[in-house]
Amino acid sequence: MTTDLYASSEHEAFRATIRKFTEQELRPRAREFDEAGRIDKVLFKKMGALGMLGLRYDPEYGGAGLDWSFSAVMHEELGRSDNAGATLAVSVHTEMSTPSLAQFGSEELKRQYLIPAIAGETVSAVAVTEPDAGSDVSAIKTRAVRDGDDWVINGSKMYITNAANADWLCLLVVTDPDAGYSGFSQIIVPTDLPGVRCDLLDKIGLWGSDTGQFYFDDVRVPVSNTIGDVGRGFQQQMMQFQDERLVACISTLAGAELLWEETKKWTEERILFGKPLSKMQNTQFKMAEMWAQMLAAKELGLAAVRALVAGEDATKTITAAKVFTSNVAIDVATACLQLHGGYGLMKESMAGRAYVDMRVATIGGGSDETMLQYLAKQLGF
Amino acid sequence: MSDAIPAGWKSEDHVLYADASRQFLAQEVSPHIERWRKQGVVDRELWTKAGEAGFLGASIPEAYGGGGAPRSFDAVFFYEHARTGDSGWGVAIQSIVSHYITAYGSEEQKQRWLPGLASGERIAAVAMTEPGCGSDLQAVSTVAELENGQLRINGSKTFITNGQMANLICLVARTGEVAGAKGVSLVFVETEDAPGFRRGQNLEKLGMKGQDTSELFFEDVRVPESNLLGGSGGHGFIQLMKQLVWERLLIGVVALGAMDSMVEATASYTKERKLFSRRLFDLQNTRMKLAEAKTKAEVLRSFIGDCLERLDRGTLDPATASMAKWWGSQMQCEVADECLQLFGGYGYMAEYPIAQAFSDARAQKIYGGANEVMKELIARSLDV
Repeated sequence: MTTDLYASSEHEAFRATIRKFTEQELRPRAREFDEAGRIDKVLFKKMGALGMLGLRYDPEYGGAGLDWSFSAVMHEELGRSDNAGATLAVSVHTEMSTPSLAQFGSEELKRQYLIPAIAGETVSAVAVTEPDAGSDVSAIKTRAVRDGDDWVINGSKMYITNAANADWLCLLVVTDPDAGYSGFSQIIVPTDLPGVRCDLLDKIGLWGSDTGQFYFDDVRVPVSNTIGDVGRGFQQQMMQFQDERLVACISTLAGAELLWEETKKWTEERILFGKPLSKMQNTQFKMAEMWAQMLAAKELGLAAVRALVAGEDATKTITAAKVFTSNVAIDVATACLQLHGGYGLMKESMAGRAYVDMRVATIGGGSDETMLQYLAKQLGF
Repeated sequence: MSDAIPAGWKSEDHVLYADASRQFLAQEVSPHIERWRKQGVVDRELWTKAGEAGFLGASIPEAYGGGGAPRSFDAVFFYEHARTGDSGWGVAIQSIVSHYITAYGSEEQKQRWLPGLASGERIAAVAMTEPGCGSDLQAVSTVAELENGQLRINGSKTFITNGQMANLICLVARTGEVAGAKGVSLVFVETEDAPGFRRGQNLEKLGMKGQDTSELFFEDVRVPESNLLGGSGGHGFIQLMKQLVWERLLIGVVALGAMDSMVEATASYTKERKLFSRRLFDLQNTRMKLAEAKTKAEVLRSFIGDCLERLDRGTLDPATASMAKWWGSQMQCEVADECLQLFGGYGYMAEYPIAQAFSDARAQKIYGGANEVMKELIARSLDV
């Protein structure tokens, strides 16, 4: 598939590094992470040491000062970990919970939280969704009330990835219920504070990912933990969502590509009615259709990366890519499972796991419905 | 099924039987689904309770302890069972195996096995699939060799429903030297009397968590030659082809039950859930998706009703049953997917019935003959 964005020798060398990391540290332990329900936190330190956790961030704070093309390379390779939960754990930390801090955080806040996050000494999570507010972000109720130099926070957040491993949350709260879209703020909340509690959730897929519900009961954090200006949280989160959605496209597609490759091997080995399954026209057409769909999804994702690298707005492209890629990935997982027959229904099979893992794609990071509504609005409807 | 079914197959007795089924399932199945999912298998007593209440042998002839009713009564029960959301209880297999015996068994075999299947003392399994052969039945490699009036069985089977609990196994094995269809037979194995028979572990699956799906191993297992279904070998392929019509239709029936239950649950959830200060149900996308799902269920209902009528008359052909299987399971998976989507994040949480219904549905497109095989059979019917 097209590689113009990654043509440089730096990209190739970087890709080789990440591929080696994925093959040595993640793939062999993919089932172990499922059993544990989370990845080994030590891996964050290893990734920090390899410089993987702050690719686009300022070297001043330990970042590499690179652009999105390197992030894309990294997530394409991490997406081949054979554990969508493990892939997600990293991408939450690098693209979903730290971008706002890096872009809008105060010097002091960046020294305190961004430096250790880039080093992999701490793990972060983003907390937006609530039990009664998912697609409608503006309906969140978690409230921070100012008391002197502190915020006092009460409420609950749902479906939080990295729930068990996270040391701090990038939390979206209501700071002024009467101020409309100017009434939200992003606040960094350490998870070990008194009043913070978390229950882990059991999902139909993403078994290697620690998903949880957080409860906040009179949790006190300094007002200086606010990322950027008080009242700008909604807008900052909308920007942070762009990185979240783009990385979702890239990792999901990488997982689908790996599954496609493994399924091709399976159909070559599986004998049915006296010949390999791969020799049947139905198999070949399905595989070819999937390849075409994946190529289109890849190009759409790359279009977004190119725009970001060129400093252009990529919101429409990212939104379109999120819907398109999620559905391609689900279709690929559905078709690959079918080609695996009964074995595909076993919990241990890659096809089976991908089927339940991929299902989250049209829900997490902004559901299809949210994406389409957002896109329609941007298209002038 | 729904009162809206105008099909001729449905009598007053079917309606009463549906009521009784719902009552039984509400007491004996619904309260236990979560526990069965955790233990990976249903309770042994469920089988005997269902047997006592007359639900296992409804379509077994009265002379052998059954109710003597047409198979459409079993279909009513399986439909109601699917509506509960339980996927653990492999009760349909009981009916499938009963009908192998009713159709092809010798008098002695009927007397020996049917009463136990009707009472729940016996739990049936069909052991067809092997690690190296699923859709391609003629490639079966498990062997039952005739030796001094006994059959010596060697081989292994996989993905067997009721694998941990079954004590009467209808085994597909190769009995002759002849390659292909003519060397295949159905052999019954009573597990309590079968040294060399071993159950593998309860397999971990994507869905159907309460179902004890297993591998089965046969190592020099000896059974009397009289355990060959019908008393002589070589008829297995024909017997399977004829009876698979029933198995495939009931996959469509189960699909319908699951779809009705999902549409109902999703309509109810979207009416409670508030989004952008309105009911989720009031958003146009939700209305369109639910309307589509409901239409799929109603179209399937008509088709299943038609198939059941033909089944009871004995005129349901393999191609039509294959259509019910592939189309029903395809619609079920589509509806599961759309309904889950309307639940948002909750739909991805394992404890939610819609999440379970989604994971459970996936097997329907594979077992009972992969949907590709169904389409191949339909195509063959167009090429005569």
